[in-house]
Amino acid sequence: MDRLEIDHLTKRFGDVVALDDMAFEAYAGEIFGFVGANGAGKTTTMRIALGVLAADRGEVRWAGKPLDETVRRLIGYMPEERGLYPRMKVGEQLIYLARLHGLSAPAAAAAVDEWTERLGVAGRRNDEVQKLSLGNQQRVQLAAALIHDPQILVLDEPFSGLDPVAVDVMSGVLRDKADAGVPVVFSSHQLDLVERLCDRVGIVRAGRMAACGTIDELRSGSTDTLVVEVAHAPADWWRTVPGVSLVSTEGDRALLSLPDGADDQTVLRAALAAGPVREFSRHRPPLTDLFRHLVTGGAEPDGGPSESEPAINRQGVSA
Amino acid sequence: MNPNPWKAVGLVANREISTRLRNKAFIVTTLATVVILAALAILVSLLGGKDKPFTVGVTSSTSALATPLEASAKSLDIKVDTRTVDESAGRDQVAAGKLSALLVGDGSTVHVVVHKSLDQKLGNALHVLAGNLALQQQVTSLGGDPAAVRAAIASASVTTDVITPPHKYNAENLVIGIIAGILIYMSLMLNGQAVAQGVVEEKSSRVVELLLAAVRPWQLMAGKVAGIGVVGLIQMVVVGGVGVAVGLATGALSISASAAAGTVIWLVVWFLLGFLMYALAFAAVAALVSRQEDVNGVVAPVLMFVIVGYVLGVSILPSDPGNGTLAVMSMIPTFAPTLMPMRLAMGGVPAWQALIAVVGTAAMIPLLVWASGRIYRNAVMRSGARIKLRDAWSPV
Repeated sequence: MDRLEIDHLTKRFGDVVALDDMAFEAYAGEIFGFVGANGAGKTTTMRIALGVLAADRGEVRWAGKPLDETVRRLIGYMPEERGLYPRMKVGEQLIYLARLHGLSAPAAAAAVDEWTERLGVAGRRNDEVQKLSLGNQQRVQLAAALIHDPQILVLDEPFSGLDPVAVDVMSGVLRDKADAGVPVVFSSHQLDLVERLCDRVGIVRAGRMAACGTIDELRSGSTDTLVVEVAHAPADWWRTVPGVSLVSTEGDRALLSLPDGADDQTVLRAALAAGPVREFSRHRPPLTDLFRHLVTGGAEPDGGPSESEPAINRQGVSA
Repeated sequence: MNPNPWKAVGLVANREISTRLRNKAFIVTTLATVVILAALAILVSLLGGKDKPFTVGVTSSTSALATPLEASAKSLDIKVDTRTVDESAGRDQVAAGKLSALLVGDGSTVHVVVHKSLDQKLGNALHVLAGNLALQQQVTSLGGDPAAVRAAIASASVTTDVITPPHKYNAENLVIGIIAGILIYMSLMLNGQAVAQGVVEEKSSRVVELLLAAVRPWQLMAGKVAGIGVVGLIQMVVVGGVGVAVGLATGALSISASAAAGTVIWLVVWFLLGFLMYALAFAAVAALVSRQEDVNGVVAPVLMFVIVGYVLGVSILPSDPGNGTLAVMSMIPTFAPTLMPMRLAMGGVPAWQALIAVVGTAAMIPLLVWASGRIYRNAVMRSGARIKLRDAWSPV
């Protein structure tokens, strides 16, 4: 399977180390989510992949070969800093960009028709970009990334500034592209969206890949939690189950941490033995928690309560 | 698949051309320049660019003065036709403006009837006539032969040996030179600044990142300079061509058609050389800033060369076209594009001077392609505060 390899990139800006051995791969046909705090190095990585910046060390490869100009023209790119000619008409602008990417004039015109139609800005083809609302400008920006039928998609914060309808359109487009065999790499701070959409996720910290894999892979090693409410039970009923530890209690409700591979049914039996069970839910840590845990440096021991507790509590109640 | 790098340059240039040709300010400026030039030419021809001959009436008693009047007018480069009329009819024609003046009296003195005032030029001719008449009368009364005296005066002349004959500038060439200077100055300012503004527009709108994901920086810069250059060239040919054509057609210009064509060709050559040189410099310095309001500050040093050459040229050359300092400056590449076309239109430029200026300026262009390309490449992706030239030259 073809893959986009980001092979140990290093980049310094003066004294600032922007990328420090950044490495990951995105496979054809998958959506790869790129998350990390501001300044972690996501944009720099994407710019280097596009050849807009040069790396100090390391290489970006597609299908085993270093990215050259020919391949780069096959990438669909949405820069973090949105940019279009404000006084150029939407249609002309998209045709121009498509042709810069090597499309013939008729092919470019056809692609413009197709994508403006699909992204809901077909009626604005003859308007100057500056006359469009910000949301519609975003749609044109996405059209600009897709107009030349890219073989690779690299999108920096494609969802920022989109209304919910546009988010759905965008998600659909990204999924279709991935299904058509295109590797889709995008960065986002909307972690719920990343969790829902991405096949694999890379979490960046300080210019390095802190964790990378499917959401399930990222979860492994972290413990699942159980929310159990047993009416009128002794406070320490859970002690009968080996390996389980208490995270917090709230009235009759206990938040328990379950070691990897432990059987939650054992806990349920112990709870039933202790009294009537009002609530029993297994809770998998959301990406937000994994992310928090990783980007705050992992200084605290696993399951450190201060960061993760509120989120788990909230999730537990709603479960 | 190996994309032809010049195809991208062509696409960029094409966008610049179509954008600029539809730019209202550009269209208005070009049309206004054409109209002003044409109006100027028509005005010149109407205001007596060609001298209308004076028609002077003579009566039967003054008809002997007709031939001497025409002769003395001719010696002053004034055209005078004479017509013999009846005195009372002549007075009516003077009042009606059909005659410039009517010679009356018995022919022994010069006595004219005019409508409101005597035209100064015609007055000069009549003055000479009166002098000659008096002289003739005195010679006759002294017993001499007026014809022999006249012949002797006519043949008397000053013999001059000139060591270095100076170029004889005529007023028309000086005017053409000034107009050439104004045109090339305007064109360099407008189109050069358009390059600078275009570079910053791409930076400030951030579209440059999207473009550089598809094309190399040099392609973007070359396409922009080439596109705006083509538009400037069209503008120059149209304005210069229309100006000369109207000038020749209305008679405002009396230089030969080939000399006029030469002037336009030199204008085009110097526009191309000057535009390429300044536009490359403009593109490089403009890449240092990210906001339109910073453009003026950063292009000012480059602009100074254009302005200094032009201002010195239009203020000194018309009165002193052979000025030695300006002759030297017109051979220095930074000033040549404004000064040399003015001097060439005024005439009298030795071929070697024109050659030095052309070769020198042409040699600057590859140098600037290299230097500006380097600055542009390093600066164009860095947005935010103004970048120091030194940092753009060798980034940290």
